Amino acid sequence: MTRRAYDIVIIGSGAGGGTVAQELSPLCQQGVRIAVLEKGPKLRNEEFTGRELEMAQALYEDSGAFLTAERTMTLAFGSAYGGSTAVYTGTSLLPPERILKRWNVPGLTLVDVEQRARKYMAENNVHFLEARYINENNQLFVEGCRRLNYRVQQFPVNLKGCRGSGLCNLGCPNQAKQGTNRVQLPHAERNGVEVITRCEVLRIGEQALSVRVSPKPPAAKGEPSAWETGECSVEAKVIVVCGGAVNTPALLLRSGLGRRLPRLGHGFTCHPAFIMVAEHSRPISNFVGHPKSFYLDEFAESERFVLETCMYFPFTTAKAIAGFGQEHSRWMGAFPRLQMILVLACDEADAYNRVTIDRHGRPVVHYRFTPDVIRGLGAGAARSAKIFFAAGAVRAHMPLGRSTTIESRDAGRVDQIAQRAEFKPGKVPVSAAHLQGGCAMGSGPEDSVTDSYGRVHVTPSLFVADSSLFPNSLEINPYLTIMALADRAAEAIRKQARTLL
Amino acid sequence: MPTPQEASKPGSAAPPITIPAPLRAVFHALVKTIVPAAQNLSRPDWEGLDQVVDGTLSARTQIERRQLRLLLRLIQLLPVLRYGRTFTSLSPEERVAFLSYLEDHHVQLIRCGFFAVRTLALLGYYGRPGAGPEIGYAPDARGWEAPG
Repeated sequence: MTRRAYDIVIIGSGAGGGTVAQELSPLCQQGVRIAVLEKGPKLRNEEFTGRELEMAQALYEDSGAFLTAERTMTLAFGSAYGGSTAVYTGTSLLPPERILKRWNVPGLTLVDVEQRARKYMAENNVHFLEARYINENNQLFVEGCRRLNYRVQQFPVNLKGCRGSGLCNLGCPNQAKQGTNRVQLPHAERNGVEVITRCEVLRIGEQALSVRVSPKPPAAKGEPSAWETGECSVEAKVIVVCGGAVNTPALLLRSGLGRRLPRLGHGFTCHPAFIMVAEHSRPISNFVGHPKSFYLDEFAESERFVLETCMYFPFTTAKAIAGFGQEHSRWMGAFPRLQMILVLACDEADAYNRVTIDRHGRPVVHYRFTPDVIRGLGAGAARSAKIFFAAGAVRAHMPLGRSTTIESRDAGRVDQIAQRAEFKPGKVPVSAAHLQGGCAMGSGPEDSVTDSYGRVHVTPSLFVADSSLFPNSLEINPYLTIMALADRAAEAIRKQARTLL
Repeated sequence: MPTPQEASKPGSAAPPITIPAPLRAVFHALVKTIVPAAQNLSRPDWEGLDQVVDGTLSARTQIERRQLRLLLRLIQLLPVLRYGRTFTSLSPEERVAFLSYLEDHHVQLIRCGFFAVRTLALLGYYGRPGAGPEIGYAPDARGWEAPG
């Protein structure tokens, strides 16, 4: 078996891994050898075609359809150079004060996290999109919210040279989103960090990893790996795991750390979401332009949901519209007249919801919808329907209950309809893309997996730097907070470089 | 760079067939019930649809493919208990009624099973080359600058 040696190995190249790679990359000048091991491929610019299924297959784990153990929710997360930053919409929010207070992690302050997040806002060109680039799908959301006196807000976004292809979630064909695939990883590579794609870490041992490099499948997108195909062993003095809230806990579990870290895998949250759709009497600009420009978090605390504008592609939309047959087809046939809103429930860490592994060491996510989550989704659906009708929609689709279409003549009865609607897991199309928890920060192994710098309690040379660190749901889009926490982990490693390396 | 609609042509290499022929007929009947417009698909359209489905299934595990085959068999045979005929022999209205029964079933596992085959049918139909333009979806990498 081939053996390789590095000083620092970073596992994963998303918001966490890309940030750690960049922040540690100046050490390369001092002779420190750093590698990023990424399970997914690195695509060439011309391979971002915007074709729904082929891009989903190329950029997402399980083509974006990773199922929970209960088979009642699909999880979407990136598996490519840049991780999920290759497929997000670039929405850049600072962590809410109330959440950091609730997390109550010793040594973690809002001021510190915010200061670091702002550094990446500047680096990633975060700004508000000009009004002339806001499409009608977004404008109608704003209009509806304002008519109802809801406090609608614009998303700051990390775009540079956005042409409004609307294809953010399939990987921007114009390379406009400033994810780690465009900013931090290229920076790290220029400084001497090696990024090895198609390289899956099987297990972590004492300052060593066993990895498997996959060949590029015939006709698949992306560059072949820089390493030869097969299994090899990699020595590393410091290991930073940034595989995300599903793969990081699973890797640590199959590496045998669960025995010493009883909280490993626990505390998984994900903002379970469904898509609300409404039809207008005329075509609106919806699939052209940035899809996610506004949000409403006014009800996050009181009713436990957040609303975001969104626009999806034919298959994703078809899957999100409940039911089948003539009614379903009628909705799909109205595509150019559709307005969409994403309803995200603010879920809380629950004892049942966790990441485990199967007998092959593969991740298994257990998730049940708590009564609070079901109430949040129902309340969000009702508020969304009101927004649609306030914006002039002629009918709205609510993916709950038996009858899923609400005509505008029933706009005044939305609350009653929503209250009657029954949430049946497995029938309602629920998905999630904000995966969090599993390696929570805290004070010791009895209540958490790492300290506030992502240092794993029982092994000082092992760090975690991704959304799995969140002790509970963030209730907003997570990438800036992940980058801030990854920045802290990188700082801790730099400060201890003399002893660790 | 090709625009998405220019590029939406079938892949050059056909994926291996993952649904055996007898069950393929059940799957096609299912697609026609879930998306009634599928009854008007031409032979090349069905080939495109099958290729999308086979391509997706070939990336899933052996166990998942086996589960799908079991689900399709159940969907074909279960109506015998209720209607005395298999799924493919039912009228369109009876097929809708039977699938609605599965969709709303009190057993979660059955609802999830139906959701899985529904998803696969929608994936085949709306992931098929040409499906986007048929519903007025025509993205372009040039976004706002795209002609028309």
